[in-house]
Amino acid sequence: MRVMLGWLLRGGALGALAFAVFGPLANLALWAVAVQWYFPHKLPLSWGFRYWGEVFKPSSDALASLGTSILIAVITVVLSLSLAVPAGYALGRGRTPWRAALLLILLLPQAFPSVAVYVNIARIFYGAGLNGTILGVVLVHTVHGLVIAVWIAAAAFAAVDGELELAARNVGASPLRAVLTITVPLAAPGLMASAIFVFFESLDEFTGTYFVGVPDVTTLPLLMFTASLAGNYQIAAITALVLLVPSVGFMLVIERFLKAEMLARVG
Amino acid sequence: MVLTLFVYPLGFSLVSAFTTKDGQPSFANFLKTFELYGADIVFTLIIVAVSTLLIGLLAAAIGGYLVLGAHTAAVVVLKWLYRWPLFVPFIVAAQCMRTFLAKNGIMNNTLDALGLVDTAALSGLLDWRGIIVTFVWKETPFVALLVSGAMAALDRGTIEAAWNLGAGGLRILIEIILPQVAGVMVVGLVLASVTMLSVLSVPIMISGGAPTMITVDMAFRVNAYSDYGVANALGVVSYLMAGSAAWVYLRRGATQPDAL
Repeated sequence: MRVMLGWLLRGGALGALAFAVFGPLANLALWAVAVQWYFPHKLPLSWGFRYWGEVFKPSSDALASLGTSILIAVITVVLSLSLAVPAGYALGRGRTPWRAALLLILLLPQAFPSVAVYVNIARIFYGAGLNGTILGVVLVHTVHGLVIAVWIAAAAFAAVDGELELAARNVGASPLRAVLTITVPLAAPGLMASAIFVFFESLDEFTGTYFVGVPDVTTLPLLMFTASLAGNYQIAAITALVLLVPSVGFMLVIERFLKAEMLARVG
Repeated sequence: MVLTLFVYPLGFSLVSAFTTKDGQPSFANFLKTFELYGADIVFTLIIVAVSTLLIGLLAAAIGGYLVLGAHTAAVVVLKWLYRWPLFVPFIVAAQCMRTFLAKNGIMNNTLDALGLVDTAALSGLLDWRGIIVTFVWKETPFVALLVSGAMAALDRGTIEAAWNLGAGGLRILIEIILPQVAGVMVVGLVLASVTMLSVLSVPIMISGGAPTMITVDMAFRVNAYSDYGVANALGVVSYLMAGSAAWVYLRRGATQPDAL
């Protein structure tokens, strides 16, 4: 009897948690396949994929902003990695004289609430002609994602045995060649994780784009935001699903790279 | 690059907050800010404080069950379950909640079907409660992940010893485990509260009306009036809130060096 009661309690608690975790996502999915739904009806009045056709038709704003989002994310990845790979190598090898200062500077954007900073970046960019340009948005996204990108890259480099690089040097490889042909390929899975992270951070970023991207750059999150506030819940739900799928996929992938022991080496 | 794109604008915002439009140093922006947005500042503080508290409690409960739970199946299910919102973007979480907590959202409908409430008499939770629910939903997995990682790394010996002496699970969690992971917990909560102070989409999408969070006021001040002085004064208020959270952490470290 007590055992049954225990399982009933556990089942109830886990069920409630499952409801809390998946309920909001289920509601989003419902809206994505609803054609007509208004209060007080508990379920959509008519179902279908009509709005999917609208979102994905070749001339739609959604496809254009998805294109913009992907373009920005790709450039952001290239820019971030070109900074994160050398910085991560220096930090991961642990011989940097400015290690603490470098970490502190990279961590700053995480320590301050960012809205006020974005407001001023937008003001500065406006003077420099960067507002409403792809480059302006890329710069904001890069700063936003850089600390984690460097962190993952540093963990990846720390996990590579330094002796291998020394061995390559002993048989005559130049320092650069040893790094490029030995260390970087061995750290590649971690660097890949870093790139994937930056890509999705950029794809999902809203606040910075909201201030810096106006009026010409519309990314998918901005389109979703506008659709939601205008009451186009179907459009908002479908675009939200497009943004959600890679995020959940990322969660499943990242677990392989972000093991506790890997994080412990960064410290 | 971080220096030019973050530190410089940060300094810019500080200077702008303390000067008038013609460049004279003054506190006028702050007087105007407190007059216009005093209620919103309090509102923001309460939202962030309540959310942080709830996140801490839930993270401790999840972490505690993952370490102490005697039923493997339940532990495995919980471990699989709690992480889902971790990488959901805030804007998507806001849209989910905008429908989930609405008057005819799944939450009301389910409670109604269980006979717990009557939907017709409810108005939905799309106000300050909705903002808190969204923040807790989104940030708990992050803090729980950090905390449960730290808990898993603890020495099992003391926990086993307490079991053997007859202590209950809750008592072990509160008296033995939590004090040892307090440092990680505080770091997680500080990061979570800074994040909550940075999010613009959730307060706009969940609750449009007044009072609202100061992030929304900043955006409004800039977009509607180009009033950078007041927007930046609000920004300084948000830095101070985040700074006081970090200060609590540092102070704790100074008085109890062993606990970290």
